[in-house]
Amino acid sequence: MGHLIELSYFLTAVLFIVGLKRMSHPTTARSGILWAGAGMLLATLVTFLHPQIAGNYLLMIAALMLGSAVAWYSAKKVEMTAMPQMIAVYNGMGGGAAAAIAAVTLLGGPELWDHAALGKPLWLFLLLAVLGAMIGSISFSGSIIAFAKLQEYQSFRNPLRFIGQQKVNAILFGLMFVLGLIIALSGSDNLALLAIFFLLALALGIMIAMPIGGADMPVVVSLFNALTGLAVAFEGYVLNNSAMIIAGIIVGSAGSLLTHLMAKAMNRSITNILFSSWDALGSGGQAVTGSMKSMEPPDAAIQMAYASKVIIVPGYGMAVAQAQHKLWEMCRLLIENGVDVKFAIHPVAGRMPGHMNVLLAEAGVPYDLIFDLEEINADFPTADVALVIGANDVVNPAARNDKSSPIYGMPILNVDYAKNVQVIKRGKGVGFAGIENALFFSDNTRMVYGDAQKVVAGLIQGIKELN
Amino acid sequence: MEAMLHALELFLPLYILMLAGFLGYEIISRVPVILHTPLMSGSNFVHGIVVVGAMVVLGEASPDNTLALIVGFFGVALGAGNAVGGYVVTERMLDMFKSSKAAKKE
Repeated sequence: MGHLIELSYFLTAVLFIVGLKRMSHPTTARSGILWAGAGMLLATLVTFLHPQIAGNYLLMIAALMLGSAVAWYSAKKVEMTAMPQMIAVYNGMGGGAAAAIAAVTLLGGPELWDHAALGKPLWLFLLLAVLGAMIGSISFSGSIIAFAKLQEYQSFRNPLRFIGQQKVNAILFGLMFVLGLIIALSGSDNLALLAIFFLLALALGIMIAMPIGGADMPVVVSLFNALTGLAVAFEGYVLNNSAMIIAGIIVGSAGSLLTHLMAKAMNRSITNILFSSWDALGSGGQAVTGSMKSMEPPDAAIQMAYASKVIIVPGYGMAVAQAQHKLWEMCRLLIENGVDVKFAIHPVAGRMPGHMNVLLAEAGVPYDLIFDLEEINADFPTADVALVIGANDVVNPAARNDKSSPIYGMPILNVDYAKNVQVIKRGKGVGFAGIENALFFSDNTRMVYGDAQKVVAGLIQGIKELN
Repeated sequence: MEAMLHALELFLPLYILMLAGFLGYEIISRVPVILHTPLMSGSNFVHGIVVVGAMVVLGEASPDNTLALIVGFFGVALGAGNAVGGYVVTERMLDMFKSSKAAKKE
């Protein structure tokens, strides 16, 4: 039986690796998740035969069904705009499961440890369990706070900060760590000690996530994702489970790199996100002079219909207004008229890198019409119209030419180089970063005010009337 | 000889750690930005393998140890949630990615 299980776990690891590799290319991505899914199914089924399992089958099946049903239902129902917080929830669950494995192992006491350690020195066995417990618990409670923040629950909306916060966190971390070491090195299964240890780790996760603003949250979700992978790997060592070790480490390293890429796209470092915040940078920047010039949808439609090249710059505002379907309908009309239409996506458009691509894909936009910042920036000078819809800070030229601006240095889409710029915007307010946008005051910019969905409907109407 | 074998046994996991670590880095390093969100979701699904470990510890727990049974139960439920939820949202997202050619065929 042991050989069958080991062989299955080996196959699972192979399926995971091939699956992830396929998921990293658009044409094969769809099949990648199927490969990985097959691996997961195989591993789960074969585990029922695991020789270490002595009983509790009914409880196990009930738990599997409960967890699967809740997750299945919520995952089918969730809106694409809410994807980042849903990923946070499932990630938190994984962290919680890793912590639970550690808890049951530590609760088992010396009689369990004796045969479970399988040749490892006891202190190493317990230390690995304790490390996984710390990381898993932090990821669990932190991910739940991340969910609450991204869901914009009222009491979690504002970053919670107080003086000496870093010191409090450092003390919490120190206490948790020392307690964990005591548990591992003394081989104690004292219930009170374990309870305090887990509570400290859970509190630390909350404390880490609370001061972080909503805009930075996806990077932190990605970090928690990497941490959960690490926790799973540690528990894999505890259980001598090679599938858990390999999958956990791969996710840990891939997740760390993904976190780094996300932070880089926002022109921030991970330490900067964790230990300071956007508004701590202060709101500086030069005052913007001039006036905003508005335009009605029919005129905007004419300008686009007679253009030869149009670049669309969508932002989260478009997704909130659910305008992506109408937007794609409009683009199809333009394409039928022979207009060259492209989409330009800023790395942080939407709630996390790639989120806007998902939202556009949902509306049916083919991915080969979508370009990222480096690919498209050279195209703006040759574009007749750049249509900015629900985006603001990512097209603010201040990031390029105003050294006193808080967003100076952030890579932006060079929309202002286009011959004409149209901006669809609800009102005259400032963006997420709270800074005026000189683009809106530029001579070649026209503001089309109104709800994104209604404005795009107006544009469609206008283009149809020309045909 | 026996001592060598024992040392290898302890070091083998370290080799796995090192190789899997580089592998994860390699897989992600050339990913286009458009796939960042689905890939994060996909890697989130992969660590759902934790459900397997949770099943083992629950199955191993003594039926008299109520606390271990309760914690183990939640471990399995949470792990299953991670795997199933991660799979469904990743599949839903990737299902939507189409190229112009594929979109025209429909």
